[in-house]
Amino acid sequence: MSRELLKGNVAIAEAALRAGMYAYFGYPITPQTELLEHLARRMPELGRVFLQAESEIAAINMVYGAACAGVRTMTSSSSPGISLMQEGLSYIAASDLPCVVVDVMRGGPGLGNILPSQGDYFQVTRSAGHGDYHPIVLAPASVQEAVDLTVLAFDLADQYRHLVILAADGLIGQMMEPAELPPMRDLPTERPDYALTGAKGRPPRRIASFYLQAEAEEAYNQKIQARLARIRQSEQRSVEYFTDDAQILVVGYGSAGRIALSAVQQLREQGLPVGLFRPITLYPFPEARLRALTAQAAAILVVEMNAGQMLEDVRLVVAERVPVHFYGRMGGAVPMPEEIVNALRQILQTEVLS
Amino acid sequence: MTDWLLEATTTHMETVYCMPQSLSAQPTHYCPGCTHGVAHRLLAEALDELNMRERAILVAPVGCAVFAYQYFEVDGCEAPHGRAPAMATGLKRVQPDKIVITYQGDGDLASIGAGEILHAAARNEPITVIFINNAIYGMTGGQMAPTTLTGQRTTSSPFGREGEPLRMSELLAVLPQTAYIVRRSLHTPAHIRKAKKAILTALKVQQAGLGFSMVELLSSCPTNWGLTPPEALEWIEKHMLPVFPVGDYKVSEAVKEL
Repeated sequence: MSRELLKGNVAIAEAALRAGMYAYFGYPITPQTELLEHLARRMPELGRVFLQAESEIAAINMVYGAACAGVRTMTSSSSPGISLMQEGLSYIAASDLPCVVVDVMRGGPGLGNILPSQGDYFQVTRSAGHGDYHPIVLAPASVQEAVDLTVLAFDLADQYRHLVILAADGLIGQMMEPAELPPMRDLPTERPDYALTGAKGRPPRRIASFYLQAEAEEAYNQKIQARLARIRQSEQRSVEYFTDDAQILVVGYGSAGRIALSAVQQLREQGLPVGLFRPITLYPFPEARLRALTAQAAAILVVEMNAGQMLEDVRLVVAERVPVHFYGRMGGAVPMPEEIVNALRQILQTEVLS
Repeated sequence: MTDWLLEATTTHMETVYCMPQSLSAQPTHYCPGCTHGVAHRLLAEALDELNMRERAILVAPVGCAVFAYQYFEVDGCEAPHGRAPAMATGLKRVQPDKIVITYQGDGDLASIGAGEILHAAARNEPITVIFINNAIYGMTGGQMAPTTLTGQRTTSSPFGREGEPLRMSELLAVLPQTAYIVRRSLHTPAHIRKAKKAILTALKVQQAGLGFSMVELLSSCPTNWGLTPPEALEWIEKHMLPVFPVGDYKVSEAVKEL
């Protein structure tokens, strides 16, 4: 395989079908529409299912139906569309079904705008609609990482029978850069043992999430919580840059993390002891590594394209052992590396050099 | 064992009535006099007669029939309120050889799920919809439904409903691409026999790949109408039939040839 110049949305779409996605249902919304458009052409070419739904609500319920049939299935949208999908996500979560949802985040709240944002951190990490649940959430910082994490998303979804959200921001969806696509995988020849395929030669299977008795509902919730504990144990992912001797640690994910890396590199060239911790999994939050790095840091700077959402997870891990600062831009504004450099210089003066 | 029964078991007798294979043997949770049980039995009989049980998938709604999947010996699942046609679309598109059925009440289909049923019909999605119209929300205790009659008193229209009910069969039948849309009633044995025939036709439509099929069934809700079961059946005849006439609203040319 070789590298090609690819737009993020198209790369995610192509990676998904190569990872064995058999059915896609979606609804147009900027800045993710190229993803739907690519699949509108490619899925029928491969004899697979593509359908433009009448709404995001219908799209996620079509995904729910296809997931019940035991095939790899996906939808994609952007922030307001993900808001609409919360109902279906909750049912999928409560039915132990695997599926992948791509959120190419845009500015909010409300209709907001179509510019890059990370304002969905709460929406995607805290729950899937109502009830106690967390999707697995993956945050790419480049087109190549978006490709790799799309494949991983399908594998994790099947491994845990769990909802996986690829949380890309509008920058990742819209930018073009070189990336290598994965090889085309064969579709599985058999359906999983929960799939609704008709009760031929076996008892009927039922997929539902309705428990009238509190004890039964609580017991089911405990099963979800046990699975989440396994996920937290095994699936924390992050990358680190210049962290060996960093006294100031920047924490940022996705595009904000990538921009922060430019700032960190600039300051390193000037001999200043800064490093970057970039979470790949937003849920499970990579708390084990962050806790270890916190032991050596004098201060932490969280950088996000929102008002400070992951900031809460960082504070939970750091537990006031070191000062935690925040630099964020909102509403579709993207920080420049210089803004982060300035924020770091201020912290260096007050927390490290003083 | 009495003598006459002993005698009967030794005589050859033809079975004329039994539990359908597609129906689960378990006590019902529906109220006395409710016609959900009749509708369930008709669907189960139809699945048996067409030998579809082993490839049927039932999508249950939210409402009184929320447990519908438990009453059928077929694969089943549970849709969010109103979303059964979208879920059925996902199930059917990835396995077109299966028989996918939604079973929905009037609040589910005509109110919160009005968008999903309209677009499933507009796509001529080859699924079969069993639509139970009893002019009220049953599960939540008798609130106004989109099919509640003008002037009908419910817990949320205590002074009588203003405005007109939605007539879903008529509404969907204007879409030229649909295959089979009919309304039947469950208030007398004669009407029940006609309802059974319509369900058989709707399932055959799906089997033949002819497109969207829906059977609307006028049903009773004695509990929330505040009537006895016999009074409720009379109420269908007297009040519902004039507003919701039984009849064939859409039978495509291809369906006529079945």
